[in-house]
Amino acid sequence: MSEKREELVIEAGASDANYWKDLWRYRELFYILSWRDVKIRYKQTVVGAAWSVVRPLLTTVIFTLVFSRIAKLPSPEGVPYALMVYAGMLPWQFFSNALTESSNSLIGNTNLISKVYFPRMIIPTSSVITSLLDFAISFGLMLLMMVYYGVAPPIQVLLLPLFILLTFLAAIGAGLYITALNVKYRDFRYIIPFIVQFGLYITPVGFATSSIGEKWRLAYSLNPMVGIIDGFRWCLLDQPLNVQGLLCSIAVTLFLLWLGVRYFRSTEKSFADNI
Amino acid sequence: MSDAIITVEGLSKRFMLTHQTHGRYTALRDVITEKARSLVKPSASGQTAPLEEFWALRDVDFSIRRGDRVGIIGRNGAGKSTLLKILSRITEPTRGRITIRGRVASLLEVGTGFHPELTGRENVYLNGAILGMSRREIASKFDEIVAFAEVERFLDTPVKRFSSGMYVRLAFAVAAHLEPEILIVDEVLAVGDLQFQRKCLGKMEEVSQRDGRTVLFVSHNMIAIQQLCNDLIVMHKGLMVYHGSRAKGMIEYERLNRDIMANHADTETSVRFSILKSGQPDPDSISGNEGLCFNVEIQAHRDYGRSWVNIVVDNGDGMTVSHLRNDWYGVPLTVERGRTTVAIDVPDMSLAPGIYTIWARVALSEEIIVIDSEPRYVEVTGNHLYGYTALGATWTVTKE
Repeated sequence: MSEKREELVIEAGASDANYWKDLWRYRELFYILSWRDVKIRYKQTVVGAAWSVVRPLLTTVIFTLVFSRIAKLPSPEGVPYALMVYAGMLPWQFFSNALTESSNSLIGNTNLISKVYFPRMIIPTSSVITSLLDFAISFGLMLLMMVYYGVAPPIQVLLLPLFILLTFLAAIGAGLYITALNVKYRDFRYIIPFIVQFGLYITPVGFATSSIGEKWRLAYSLNPMVGIIDGFRWCLLDQPLNVQGLLCSIAVTLFLLWLGVRYFRSTEKSFADNI
Repeated sequence: MSDAIITVEGLSKRFMLTHQTHGRYTALRDVITEKARSLVKPSASGQTAPLEEFWALRDVDFSIRRGDRVGIIGRNGAGKSTLLKILSRITEPTRGRITIRGRVASLLEVGTGFHPELTGRENVYLNGAILGMSRREIASKFDEIVAFAEVERFLDTPVKRFSSGMYVRLAFAVAAHLEPEILIVDEVLAVGDLQFQRKCLGKMEEVSQRDGRTVLFVSHNMIAIQQLCNDLIVMHKGLMVYHGSRAKGMIEYERLNRDIMANHADTETSVRFSILKSGQPDPDSISGNEGLCFNVEIQAHRDYGRSWVNIVVDNGDGMTVSHLRNDWYGVPLTVERGRTTVAIDVPDMSLAPGIYTIWARVALSEEIIVIDSEPRYVEVTGNHLYGYTALGATWTVTKE
């Protein structure tokens, strides 16, 4: 038996000093829960992995038809319209999947929450891993498309992981907030599909950000996905990057994250009573 | 108390009960309409959903020493499970403070997090991680766990195809191989067949005694409590009414139940059962060959006619070692409106040492209306190491 005797004090309203340490200590649970989610996802659906290719691909085809052929939006220089749409679709799909998964994660794990202790933040964060895997598969298709169109990525493609991380942070920030709300207000989950659908229209997935007038550009970047999608297109297709807009998006993302973590932490202890 | 592994001071937990008209959960929809209504008509805000306080625990204080095996008993709603949930950090106390010095594992349910789509093997790892074991720890005990559960052949079958018995066995096997310093267990032995239950109890007993592990155990199963615990905490309506040795605790608990029974006694026909040892009521313990007198008092609110009184003596394994019924002794019985008292005198109990549960069952009229008394617990002391009975015997040794 270990000699160093840890002392744990449980008190009303006391925030754990070692919450983040605990989170680290429970990392195995994090791995295993995300492994479970991935496993189940690909076990239950027959289409499995194909699903994460078919969905963004079909949406891309439709968006290309609607925005390029019907609405006749200008194509950015030197890049096929479909490729631009798909480069925006990648982070958007990741974001919306991650947001949906994490928002519903607590409700989906009621049995764990009411029977076992662990830092609750593990649940929403581990649920995002499935979306990350889907993202990886969709990304493979992106590479195939680039080969097909004969577009080589510029050097800044090396910075892409940073934008993936940023997408993750934006999704988890909002996800933490919504999943905690979801415990308290059960009808909140009906709002999530709406947020996701609405988001698709106010996010430049089907068109280039340059289609938005210069005057509104900064205000538009308050939507964190604007900066992220621009970043993706910059990394993959060498499209111009609006640095000011990107910084604005980063700031909003960090703010969202802070807000989400704060709300989650403050309600976390009563989850078991409410769920 | 330097030896205390768990110290609980002034622990209270309050729940706010809303008297909602619509379902269990708060809906955002309702909150919004409520807010909107109070904006339009400010006076209405005062009469929104009335809140009622409910104290699931009130000022509970105790401390548990390293190596204690403590049973927590009490009727439904006494606060046992709330206490365990707070100790396991699942929910937060409203007031008070707990200090725990050691690694805790709590087992509030068998098979928490088991997923029907995953195989037995995968679920062992998943469940182990949920209960706080590291992957290495699980891997090293994997074979032992599987052997204990007796499911070797089905390891790679999704557990949704398991029989419920196999499922429970596997789930418990994982839990039984936890090695924390403090183990918190809630009423999980109510599942599985009797034989497996006994195996689990044996395993828990072995682990806790060998390593001096501290165990907190909630159960309604007195036999399990007897087998596993040396101390008892008795809870009643959110208060801790007793903390001390097991034998006394059981008597305390029984007294509590009797008081509750007494409150209902005049509304219907009731049965009171008491045990006397040489005229003294409620003996804590007797030696194996002492006699006991059982008293069954039937307070009937109508005439029943022909009836039967049974006295049942169960041992710690839940086995009935003796059953007495009036007609077997050639004593006819009728019960009429009013009080009927039946006294049964047993000059020599002939019981092997252990804790016995003794209770009376009254079967009224030809319709056999059965009323069971509250059980009584008697500890029997003596030298008999083996067997179920301690027959009175005279030994003679002759040598030639």
